[in-house]
Amino acid sequence: MPRSYVVDDPEKGVFLLDREVHVSEEVLREEMRKIFAKTWIYVGHGSELKKNGDFVTRRVAGRPVIFVRDQKGEVQCHFNTCRHRGALVCADRQGNAKRFFCVYHGWIYGNDGDLQRVPGDEAYTPAFDKDTLALKRPARFEQYRDFWFMSLDPEIVPLTEYLGRTTEYLDLVIDQSPSAKMEILPGTQEYDVGANWKLMVENSVDDYHLPSTHATWLNFMANSGVKMEPPKEKGLVLPTKGYAIDLGNGHFTTDNVNFRGRPVAAWISLYGEEAKAEIAEIKAELVERLGEERANRVAHTNRNLVIFPNLVINDGSSVTVRTFYPEGVGKMHVTAWALGPVEESESARARRLDAFLTFYGPGGFATPDDVEALELVQQGLANWSDDRWSEMSRGMGREGEQLNSDEHHLRIFWRHWNDMMGAE
Amino acid sequence: MTQSKVTRADVEDFLFHEAALLDEWKLNEWQELLTDDATYLIPPNDDLDGDYRKSLFIIADDRERIRQRIIRVLDPNCHAEHPKSRTQRIVGNVRLLGEENGVILVAANFICYRYRRYERVGQYVGNYRYKLVRNGESFLIREKRIVIQANELGQLGSVSIML
Repeated sequence: MPRSYVVDDPEKGVFLLDREVHVSEEVLREEMRKIFAKTWIYVGHGSELKKNGDFVTRRVAGRPVIFVRDQKGEVQCHFNTCRHRGALVCADRQGNAKRFFCVYHGWIYGNDGDLQRVPGDEAYTPAFDKDTLALKRPARFEQYRDFWFMSLDPEIVPLTEYLGRTTEYLDLVIDQSPSAKMEILPGTQEYDVGANWKLMVENSVDDYHLPSTHATWLNFMANSGVKMEPPKEKGLVLPTKGYAIDLGNGHFTTDNVNFRGRPVAAWISLYGEEAKAEIAEIKAELVERLGEERANRVAHTNRNLVIFPNLVINDGSSVTVRTFYPEGVGKMHVTAWALGPVEESESARARRLDAFLTFYGPGGFATPDDVEALELVQQGLANWSDDRWSEMSRGMGREGEQLNSDEHHLRIFWRHWNDMMGAE
Repeated sequence: MTQSKVTRADVEDFLFHEAALLDEWKLNEWQELLTDDATYLIPPNDDLDGDYRKSLFIIADDRERIRQRIIRVLDPNCHAEHPKSRTQRIVGNVRLLGEENGVILVAANFICYRYRRYERVGQYVGNYRYKLVRNGESFLIREKRIVIQANELGQLGSVSIML
């Protein structure tokens, strides 16, 4: 029997998580092998590469990669590692290049990864074959509607199969765009959090924490004329009812009736009177294109989607694409972008960005308190060996539909994580 | 109306006073240094010259949002700043870049150290770009743009202090 990190007893309504998962170097090493090397990991969005030759470099699952559109217009992902002695072949954050040049000995690669030139190649034996020395790539690299993912596992199921029902929710986000094209907006938020990466998974979908962690955000919204009170119905902690949905393969989402305003397309006083007409137009376009029911789904529901293990799409006050990766057991690096329809007007784009900053990001009115909460957890967990278990049974006795403010979806994550860690 | 020429010493006196108010968390007094249409901007680390209407900033506050930000950070329920960070900033290399239509353009460098219990010191390093207007013998801030030189926020984490 593999070791289990959870005590999961639905009959008794008990779910406990072993806190060692957040503090153990050994667990982190195992995660690299059993989680990050065995799943599909988000690399980037095709809109970041507008022209042939456009590239960005980043670390994906700790691996330096070049995400690039080659001269044929194909999106590629290369390991940013010279085949000769292993140096990075591109040190720029982003740019446009036909070739990547290793500064160490001058090997030159095309943006499709092929090794084009080796200085002094007459010194090599016939065994030296440039055709076998293209930049290496992750084993698999696939996309769903321009969201590109890589996997280090050659045997993994195709991306669309892996994503499963999450595509329904990605489609809902993409439906904001009349041309079905969304783009990553300029400006990247990159910040570290002094906490284990899995705490960010929990936090991204945990609606139970909103009233306490985000009291000042609720106060700000009230000051801005957006009053939010929980309904009288027993057990609800948010102003409207919302659900936690199991999407299979360790993925899950919240699915909430909106109460906080949406640039697409639910006006709140925070946006100002002058925004009313344009938001009504945006809504009318949605209805015309998608029909009343789906338009209401796009405009008046919000969702925080987790694609296992480390991609979060928050379609709430604005749309964020957020990924994070451990840099040690007690630290993660977070990268977050804003996503918007390509054809958005200047005023709607400005409103989307402003709405983003009311809640999200390192200067937002909510995220810094999330970061603080996660860091307080990590600090508290120094007592893990004497106070071993986190209590995560909230809502366990509930039949049927599961609330966003319970811990059903967190248990989905932990069960899937625990199963993967138990596999050989 | 003739006005005396603005000197660097005048501007430095103003900026040093501002820095002291921020370090002392006298944020309501700091607000009195702002015009009614003031903006407070921190561009993203990878688009330092960007426009907040087109690019995702770290902070892009209008006057009302600044007011709300200060209500928030002074509230004990602002967990990111409870207990309050201690900060100490050095403002220097002050340069007067010119005056256009009554707006005085000023650049200055800053280092702001942020201390929280049990945490590694945060070093916010960058430059301030001010648009000032005259206010009697002193000035008011119409725009404060804070350029953080770090390539990414990284271990600075959040920007919950006022920079």
